[in-house]
Amino acid sequence: MLEAYPQNRLARIVLWSFAALVMAFLMLPTLVVVPLSFSASNLLEFPPHAYSLRWYENFFGSATWMAALRTSLILGTLTALIAVPFALLACISMNRLGGKTAASIQSILLTPSVTPGILLAIGLFFVLAAQRLVGTLFGVLVGHVVLAVPVACIVLLPALARFDWNQVQAARSLGADWARAIGGIIVPQLRLSLLSATLMAFLTSLDESVISIFVASGRNSTMPKLMFVSLRDQIDPTIAAISTLWTAIVVVVVVIVALRQKS
Amino acid sequence: MTVTVDPALLADARRERRFFLSLSLPALFIVGLAAILPILWIIRQSFLTTGGEYTIGNYAKVLSSGLTWSALATTLELSLGTLAICILLGTPLALALASARPRVANLLMAFVMLPLWTAILVRTYGWLVLLRRDGLINAALTGSGLTAEHLPLVYNFTGTLIGMVHYMLPLFLLPVYAAMRDIDPNLVRASASMGATLGQVIRTVIMPLSAGGIFSGSVIVLIYSIGFFITPAVLGGGKVNPLSTRIERALSTFQDWGSASVLGILLLVLMALIGVMLLAARRLLAQNAVAASHA
Repeated sequence: MLEAYPQNRLARIVLWSFAALVMAFLMLPTLVVVPLSFSASNLLEFPPHAYSLRWYENFFGSATWMAALRTSLILGTLTALIAVPFALLACISMNRLGGKTAASIQSILLTPSVTPGILLAIGLFFVLAAQRLVGTLFGVLVGHVVLAVPVACIVLLPALARFDWNQVQAARSLGADWARAIGGIIVPQLRLSLLSATLMAFLTSLDESVISIFVASGRNSTMPKLMFVSLRDQIDPTIAAISTLWTAIVVVVVVIVALRQKS
Repeated sequence: MTVTVDPALLADARRERRFFLSLSLPALFIVGLAAILPILWIIRQSFLTTGGEYTIGNYAKVLSSGLTWSALATTLELSLGTLAICILLGTPLALALASARPRVANLLMAFVMLPLWTAILVRTYGWLVLLRRDGLINAALTGSGLTAEHLPLVYNFTGTLIGMVHYMLPLFLLPVYAAMRDIDPNLVRASASMGATLGQVIRTVIMPLSAGGIFSGSVIVLIYSIGFFITPAVLGGGKVNPLSTRIERALSTFQDWGSASVLGILLLVLMALIGVMLLAARRLLAQNAVAASHA
């Protein structure tokens, strides 16, 4: 964009040095935990004097962390399995209805993503407390689904807008009912977008911390809840090991999705 | 002349509309159950005593406490501070990325988005490691002789602000970058050929055309900052208390559901006020754009 100004080399150098500093700021905290996780020492020394896998052993050997990992994976899977079909149906509905009706449905569905997490968390806590459901997997699941639905909608709405509805018309005129039209035509055609929506919903649940902190407890504590509690108490390199594994998994998933979408 | 439509067709169209409407019901139901009902419940709870009787005592108690007003001030300081730093850091970065070749820009954007893909607690932990008394940044500062003593960088306002800016910056950057990418490079070329300096182009062409993106980015930053909880709770070390951490303390430490609810409602009111102000600002922005195009 600025190639019309080849003579302003100094300005360009200043701009890019500044940009490089800001990018370093953005990546620093994610990268700094990696070497730390392989440290052999109890202390958070940087760079570590000796390397080991003890913090990874510590993580995989701890019953508490393993229970939290299990809870988080179950929750993420259930969240994706519920939120994505709900979001797909809602997006079909918005796409076909159009106009003001679709706009109002959309603004209702997006409410949870603009409401502060702390408000959803304490409100859900009150509601669940009245039903004696605080600390159950169900309580956290409901909270995660409501956050994952808008995320899945953001992925699926543009995909449906590009979808050729004549195919559904054709199938319908040949006698297919709506369930058949959705399952046999829309779902297979949107499989890539559905895959992204599923992964986004899964990641939304995996990373969600505020609702978990208030509503999950005991055996049903999630990874973020346990990390939050241990960060407040003490900081040992076990969390560095968890952080490294976590980031590696997320980066792999994102790269796979990006590559599949390109091909 | 009136067109007569077969009533059977009309009924068919109505039936189809009802069917499409019903497809939204599962999603609307879950939002009602897990987002709207909880908010209504907070309002109800704010008028209840511990025993379950109606009272306005919770409001009297919370609104007369100095802690509430300092929490409100902290919330605003953190949010506006975060927004200001995001604009200062994010706008030049977006300009640099938008002026790069598309391949380079895409690659760099992937790195910029890395924090967005990193779990919030992982990032918070990273900042704790970096900012601690004997952490990496203090070691670098004292090691290079820039400062003689360790700086207090975490468990205070500074640490909280750093963590919040780090969370919000990629969210701010996305719309600003998109707006700058959409600027027609011919406009810049035309201005250059007419003798505008780089500074003039940035001021009179690029900035006005990316104002919409900067505005959207600012809205996102404000919405997320106002109720932000994890970062103040961990990096604030108990010393930085916006409304969100006060709510948690009222609920978890004091089991005071009434006060927690009143604080929650203050947060809602603050959100609503900011929403109204942003709508007014957008209208003003649009009017200015119209005025400018007529001038």
